[in-house]
Amino acid sequence: MFNSQELIPLNAYLLIASILFCIGVWGLINSRNAVRVLMSIELMLNAVNINLMAFSSYIDGNIIRGQVFTVFVITVAAAEAAVGLAILLSLYRNRTTVDMESFNLLKW
Amino acid sequence: MTIATSTELICFLILSSIIVGGGIGVVLIENIVYSAFLLGGVFMSVAGLYLLLNASFVAAAQVLVYVGAINVLILFAIMLVNKREPLKPIKGLKVRKFFSGCVCAGLLALLFRVDITTKWSTPGPQAIGEIATERIGEHLFTDYLLPFELASVLLLMAMIGAIVLARRDTRSIQLEEIDPVRENVIKSSNSNVLIDQSPD
Repeated sequence: MFNSQELIPLNAYLLIASILFCIGVWGLINSRNAVRVLMSIELMLNAVNINLMAFSSYIDGNIIRGQVFTVFVITVAAAEAAVGLAILLSLYRNRTTVDMESFNLLKW
Repeated sequence: MTIATSTELICFLILSSIIVGGGIGVVLIENIVYSAFLLGGVFMSVAGLYLLLNASFVAAAQVLVYVGAINVLILFAIMLVNKREPLKPIKGLKVRKFFSGCVCAGLLALLFRVDITTKWSTPGPQAIGEIATERIGEHLFTDYLLPFELASVLLLMAMIGAIVLARRDTRSIQLEEIDPVRENVIKSSNSNVLIDQSPD
Protein backbone atom coordinates (compact mmCIF):
# COMPACT_ATOMS: atom_id res chain seq x y z
CA MET A 1 0.00 0.00 0.00
CA PHE A 2 1.33 3.42 -0.89
CA ASN A 3 2.11 5.86 1.82
CA SER A 4 -0.01 8.94 1.31
CA GLN A 5 1.99 11.07 3.73
CA GLU A 6 4.74 11.92 1.29
CA LEU A 7 3.16 13.00 -1.94
CA ILE A 8 -0.04 14.88 -1.23
CA PRO A 9 0.41 17.31 1.65
CA LEU A 10 -2.18 17.73 4.36
CA ASN A 11 -2.76 21.28 3.13
CA ALA A 12 -4.23 20.04 -0.14
CA TYR A 13 -7.06 18.23 1.62
CA LEU A 14 -7.67 21.23 3.86
CA LEU A 15 -7.85 23.57 0.87
CA ILE A 16 -10.41 21.34 -0.86
CA ALA A 17 -12.47 21.22 2.32
CA SER A 18 -12.31 25.02 2.68
CA ILE A 19 -13.50 25.57 -0.88
CA LEU A 20 -16.35 23.11 -0.44
CA PHE A 21 -17.38 24.70 2.86
CA CYS A 22 -17.49 28.20 1.39
CA ILE A 23 -19.53 26.99 -1.59
CA GLY A 24 -21.94 25.46 0.92
CA VAL A 25 -22.19 28.68 2.92
CA TRP A 26 -22.90 30.72 -0.21
CA GLY A 27 -25.56 28.28 -1.36
CA LEU A 28 -27.12 28.21 2.09
CA ILE A 29 -27.51 32.00 2.10
CA ASN A 30 -28.60 32.51 -1.49
CA SER A 31 -30.80 29.57 -2.42
CA ARG A 32 -34.46 30.29 -3.02
CA ASN A 33 -35.44 26.63 -3.17
CA ALA A 34 -35.68 24.94 0.21
CA VAL A 35 -34.38 21.62 -1.12
CA ARG A 36 -31.24 23.37 -2.34
CA VAL A 37 -30.69 24.78 1.14
CA LEU A 38 -30.65 21.24 2.51
CA MET A 39 -28.21 20.20 -0.22
CA SER A 40 -25.92 23.09 0.75
CA ILE A 41 -25.97 21.91 4.36
CA GLU A 42 -24.92 18.46 3.18
CA LEU A 43 -22.04 20.05 1.26
CA MET A 44 -20.86 21.82 4.40
CA LEU A 45 -21.05 18.62 6.44
CA ASN A 46 -19.00 16.85 3.80
CA ALA A 47 -16.35 19.57 3.95
CA VAL A 48 -16.09 19.09 7.71
CA ASN A 49 -15.82 15.34 7.20
CA ILE A 50 -12.94 15.77 4.75
CA ASN A 51 -11.16 17.88 7.36
CA LEU A 52 -11.67 15.27 10.07
CA MET A 53 -10.51 12.44 7.84
CA ALA A 54 -7.41 14.29 6.67
CA PHE A 55 -6.34 15.15 10.21
CA SER A 56 -7.09 11.62 11.32
CA SER A 57 -4.89 10.16 8.62
CA TYR A 58 -1.98 12.57 8.80
CA ILE A 59 -1.67 13.52 12.48
CA ASP A 60 -3.56 10.83 14.38
CA GLY A 61 -2.66 7.89 12.18
CA ASN A 62 -2.55 5.15 14.80
CA ILE A 63 -5.63 6.00 16.89
CA ILE A 64 -7.91 7.39 14.11
CA ARG A 65 -10.34 9.24 16.36
CA GLY A 66 -11.21 11.41 13.37
CA GLN A 67 -12.67 8.47 11.49
CA VAL A 68 -14.92 7.64 14.43
CA PHE A 69 -16.07 11.26 14.54
CA THR A 70 -16.77 11.13 10.82
CA VAL A 71 -18.99 8.11 11.33
CA PHE A 72 -20.94 10.03 13.96
CA VAL A 73 -21.22 13.08 11.72
CA ILE A 74 -22.59 10.90 8.92
CA THR A 75 -25.17 9.50 11.35
CA VAL A 76 -26.28 12.95 12.46
CA ALA A 77 -26.39 14.11 8.84
CA ALA A 78 -28.75 11.28 7.96
CA ALA A 79 -31.06 12.19 10.84
CA GLU A 80 -30.88 15.87 9.88
CA ALA A 81 -31.75 15.17 6.26
CA ALA A 82 -34.73 13.01 7.20
CA VAL A 83 -36.20 15.55 9.61
CA GLY A 84 -35.38 18.49 7.34
CA LEU A 85 -37.13 16.98 4.35
CA ALA A 86 -40.13 16.05 6.50
CA ILE A 87 -40.35 19.66 7.68
CA LEU A 88 -40.06 20.74 4.05
CA LEU A 89 -42.96 18.52 3.00
CA SER A 90 -45.06 19.80 5.87
CA LEU A 91 -44.26 23.40 4.90
CA TYR A 92 -45.09 22.70 1.28
CA ARG A 93 -48.50 21.38 2.26
CA ASN A 94 -49.25 24.45 4.34
CA ARG A 95 -47.84 27.17 2.07
CA THR A 96 -47.92 25.40 -1.35
CA THR A 97 -44.49 26.73 -2.21
CA VAL A 98 -40.85 25.92 -1.55
CA ASP A 99 -39.62 29.49 -1.97
CA MET A 100 -37.51 30.38 1.05
CA GLU A 101 -38.60 34.01 0.82
CA SER A 102 -42.20 33.09 1.56
CA PHE A 103 -41.44 31.26 4.78
CA ASN A 104 -41.72 34.34 6.96
CA LEU A 105 -44.24 33.10 9.48
CA LEU A 106 -41.98 33.79 12.46
CA LYS A 107 -40.53 37.06 11.15
CA TRP A 108 -41.85 39.80 13.39
CA MET B 1 8.09 9.41 -8.81
CA THR B 2 6.87 5.85 -9.01
CA ILE B 3 3.74 4.82 -10.83
CA ALA B 4 1.83 4.41 -7.55
CA THR B 5 2.47 7.97 -6.42
CA SER B 6 1.70 9.47 -9.80
CA THR B 7 -1.55 7.50 -9.93
CA GLU B 8 -2.41 8.77 -6.49
CA LEU B 9 -1.70 12.35 -7.51
CA ILE B 10 -3.81 12.06 -10.65
CA CYS B 11 -6.66 10.52 -8.66
CA PHE B 12 -6.49 13.31 -6.12
CA LEU B 13 -6.54 16.01 -8.80
CA ILE B 14 -9.50 14.44 -10.61
CA LEU B 15 -11.48 13.90 -7.41
CA SER B 16 -10.84 17.39 -6.11
CA SER B 17 -11.80 19.00 -9.41
CA ILE B 18 -15.04 16.98 -9.42
CA ILE B 19 -15.71 18.07 -5.84
CA VAL B 20 -15.15 21.77 -6.50
CA GLY B 21 -16.92 21.83 -9.86
CA GLY B 22 -19.79 19.71 -8.63
CA GLY B 23 -20.22 21.85 -5.53
CA ILE B 24 -20.40 25.01 -7.63
CA GLY B 25 -22.89 23.29 -9.91
CA VAL B 26 -25.05 22.21 -6.98
CA VAL B 27 -25.56 25.78 -5.83
CA LEU B 28 -25.68 27.47 -9.25
CA ILE B 29 -27.56 25.22 -11.68
CA GLU B 30 -31.18 26.28 -12.09
CA ASN B 31 -32.69 22.83 -12.56
CA ILE B 32 -32.76 21.27 -9.13
CA VAL B 33 -32.83 17.69 -10.42
CA TYR B 34 -29.44 18.25 -12.06
CA SER B 35 -28.24 19.72 -8.77
CA ALA B 36 -29.31 16.61 -6.90
CA PHE B 37 -27.47 14.30 -9.29
CA LEU B 38 -24.37 16.49 -9.14
CA LEU B 39 -24.60 16.28 -5.37
CA GLY B 40 -24.45 12.49 -5.70
CA GLY B 41 -21.29 12.89 -7.78
CA VAL B 42 -19.75 15.11 -5.11
CA PHE B 43 -20.56 12.50 -2.45
CA MET B 44 -18.95 9.75 -4.53
CA SER B 45 -15.83 11.86 -5.04
CA VAL B 46 -15.58 12.54 -1.32
CA ALA B 47 -15.74 8.77 -0.79
CA GLY B 48 -12.86 8.49 -3.26
CA LEU B 49 -10.85 10.97 -1.19
CA TYR B 50 -11.48 8.80 1.86
CA LEU B 51 -10.09 5.82 -0.05
CA LEU B 52 -6.98 7.88 -0.82
CA LEU B 53 -6.69 8.47 2.92
CA ASN B 54 -6.70 4.68 3.63
CA ALA B 55 -10.15 4.73 5.22
CA SER B 56 -12.13 2.06 3.45
CA PHE B 57 -14.81 1.67 6.11
CA VAL B 58 -15.74 5.35 6.16
CA ALA B 59 -15.69 5.44 2.37
CA ALA B 60 -18.18 2.57 2.28
CA ALA B 61 -20.32 4.28 4.91
CA GLN B 62 -20.20 7.49 2.88
CA VAL B 63 -21.41 5.73 -0.26
CA LEU B 64 -24.11 3.80 1.59
CA VAL B 65 -25.47 6.63 3.71
CA TYR B 66 -24.93 9.71 1.57
CA VAL B 67 -25.43 8.39 -1.94
CA GLY B 68 -27.75 5.56 -1.02
CA ALA B 69 -29.93 7.25 1.56
CA ILE B 70 -29.61 11.04 1.70
CA ASN B 71 -29.33 11.65 -2.02
CA VAL B 72 -32.26 9.36 -2.77
CA LEU B 73 -34.26 11.10 -0.04
CA ILE B 74 -33.48 14.47 -1.61
CA LEU B 75 -34.55 13.18 -5.03
CA PHE B 76 -37.82 11.93 -3.55
CA ALA B 77 -38.40 15.29 -1.89
CA ILE B 78 -37.78 17.03 -5.22
CA MET B 79 -40.32 14.76 -6.88
CA LEU B 80 -42.87 15.40 -4.16
CA VAL B 81 -42.59 19.19 -4.22
CA ASN B 82 -41.76 19.57 -7.90
CA LYS B 83 -43.81 22.58 -8.86
CA ARG B 84 -42.53 24.99 -11.45
CA GLU B 85 -43.41 28.26 -9.87
CA PRO B 86 -42.34 31.69 -11.00
CA LEU B 87 -40.31 33.07 -8.14
CA LYS B 88 -41.32 36.48 -7.00
CA PRO B 89 -38.66 39.04 -7.88
CA ILE B 90 -37.13 40.55 -4.79
CA LYS B 91 -35.43 43.88 -4.90
CA GLY B 92 -31.81 43.91 -3.93
CA LEU B 93 -31.29 40.24 -4.71
CA LYS B 94 -28.25 40.91 -6.88
CA VAL B 95 -26.73 43.14 -4.21
CA ARG B 96 -27.41 40.49 -1.60
CA LYS B 97 -25.76 37.80 -3.69
CA PHE B 98 -22.78 40.04 -4.29
CA PHE B 99 -22.29 40.88 -0.64
CA SER B 100 -22.72 37.30 0.52
CA GLY B 101 -20.22 36.30 -2.16
CA CYS B 102 -17.79 38.84 -0.73
CA VAL B 103 -18.31 37.46 2.77
CA CYS B 104 -17.77 33.90 1.56
CA ALA B 105 -14.65 34.92 -0.35
CA GLY B 106 -13.33 36.54 2.80
CA LEU B 107 -14.05 33.41 4.78
CA LEU B 108 -12.30 31.39 2.09
CA ALA B 109 -9.25 33.64 2.22
CA LEU B 110 -9.17 33.33 6.01
CA LEU B 111 -9.41 29.54 5.84
CA PHE B 112 -6.72 29.40 3.15
CA ARG B 113 -4.42 31.48 5.29
CA VAL B 114 -4.95 29.18 8.26
CA ASP B 115 -4.46 26.08 6.09
CA ILE B 116 -1.23 27.28 4.55
CA THR B 117 0.53 29.18 7.30
CA THR B 118 -0.13 26.87 10.23
CA LYS B 119 2.66 24.43 10.99
CA TRP B 120 0.79 21.14 11.23
CA SER B 121 2.72 18.53 13.18
CA THR B 122 3.17 16.20 10.23
CA PRO B 123 4.32 13.51 9.86
CA GLY B 124 2.43 12.06 12.76
CA PRO B 125 2.60 8.45 13.84
CA GLN B 126 2.62 5.83 11.12
CA ALA B 127 -0.86 5.33 9.69
CA ILE B 128 -2.33 1.93 10.45
CA GLY B 129 -3.89 1.62 7.02
CA GLU B 130 -5.99 -1.43 6.44
CA ILE B 131 -6.73 -2.35 10.06
CA ALA B 132 -8.53 0.97 10.52
CA THR B 133 -11.87 -0.81 10.32
CA GLU B 134 -11.01 -3.03 13.32
CA ARG B 135 -9.80 0.01 15.20
CA ILE B 136 -13.06 1.87 14.52
CA GLY B 137 -14.98 -1.11 15.90
CA GLU B 138 -12.83 -1.11 19.03
CA HIS B 139 -13.43 2.61 19.49
CA LEU B 140 -17.17 2.26 19.03
CA PHE B 141 -17.47 -0.41 21.68
CA THR B 142 -15.01 0.92 24.25
CA ASP B 143 -14.38 4.64 24.63
CA TYR B 144 -17.10 5.88 22.27
CA LEU B 145 -19.79 3.51 23.52
CA LEU B 146 -22.02 6.24 24.96
CA PRO B 147 -22.09 8.38 21.76
CA PHE B 148 -22.72 5.19 19.79
CA GLU B 149 -25.80 4.34 21.84
CA LEU B 150 -26.94 7.97 21.77
CA ALA B 151 -26.66 7.89 17.98
CA SER B 152 -29.05 4.94 17.86
CA VAL B 153 -31.54 6.84 20.03
CA LEU B 154 -31.07 9.90 17.81
CA LEU B 155 -31.83 7.89 14.68
CA LEU B 156 -34.95 6.47 16.29
CA MET B 157 -36.11 9.96 17.26
CA ALA B 158 -35.40 11.27 13.77
CA MET B 159 -37.37 8.42 12.21
CA ILE B 160 -40.41 8.96 14.43
CA GLY B 161 -40.18 12.72 14.00
CA ALA B 162 -39.99 12.45 10.23
CA ILE B 163 -43.02 10.15 10.14
CA VAL B 164 -45.04 12.47 12.38
CA LEU B 165 -44.08 15.59 10.43
CA ALA B 166 -44.58 14.17 6.96
CA ARG B 167 -47.81 12.33 7.71
CA ARG B 168 -50.66 13.63 5.60
CA ASP B 169 -53.24 15.22 7.77
CA THR B 170 -56.63 13.65 7.01
CA ARG B 171 -58.60 16.65 8.24
CA SER B 172 -56.94 19.07 5.87
CA ILE B 173 -57.72 16.80 2.91
CA GLN B 174 -61.37 16.74 3.88
CA LEU B 175 -61.40 20.51 4.14
CA GLU B 176 -59.85 20.93 0.72
CA GLU B 177 -62.24 18.45 -0.86
CA ILE B 178 -65.34 19.89 0.72
CA ASP B 179 -64.56 23.54 0.37
CA PRO B 180 -62.60 24.66 -2.72
CA VAL B 181 -63.02 28.29 -1.69
CA ARG B 182 -61.03 27.61 1.43
CA GLU B 183 -58.24 26.11 -0.66
CA ASN B 184 -58.00 29.29 -2.69
CA VAL B 185 -57.90 31.26 0.50
CA ILE B 186 -55.06 29.07 1.69
CA LYS B 187 -53.16 29.59 -1.54
CA SER B 188 -53.58 33.33 -1.68
CA SER B 189 -53.23 34.08 1.97
CA ASN B 190 -50.09 35.53 3.39
CA SER B 191 -51.03 34.97 6.99
CA ASN B 192 -50.94 31.90 9.13
CA VAL B 193 -52.76 29.14 7.30
CA LEU B 194 -52.08 26.29 9.69
CA ILE B 195 -55.29 24.38 10.07
CA ASP B 196 -56.67 24.35 13.56
CA GLN B 197 -56.29 20.85 14.88
CA SER B 198 -57.49 21.41 18.40
CA PRO B 199 -60.17 18.94 19.52
CA ASP B 200 -63.57 20.50 19.35
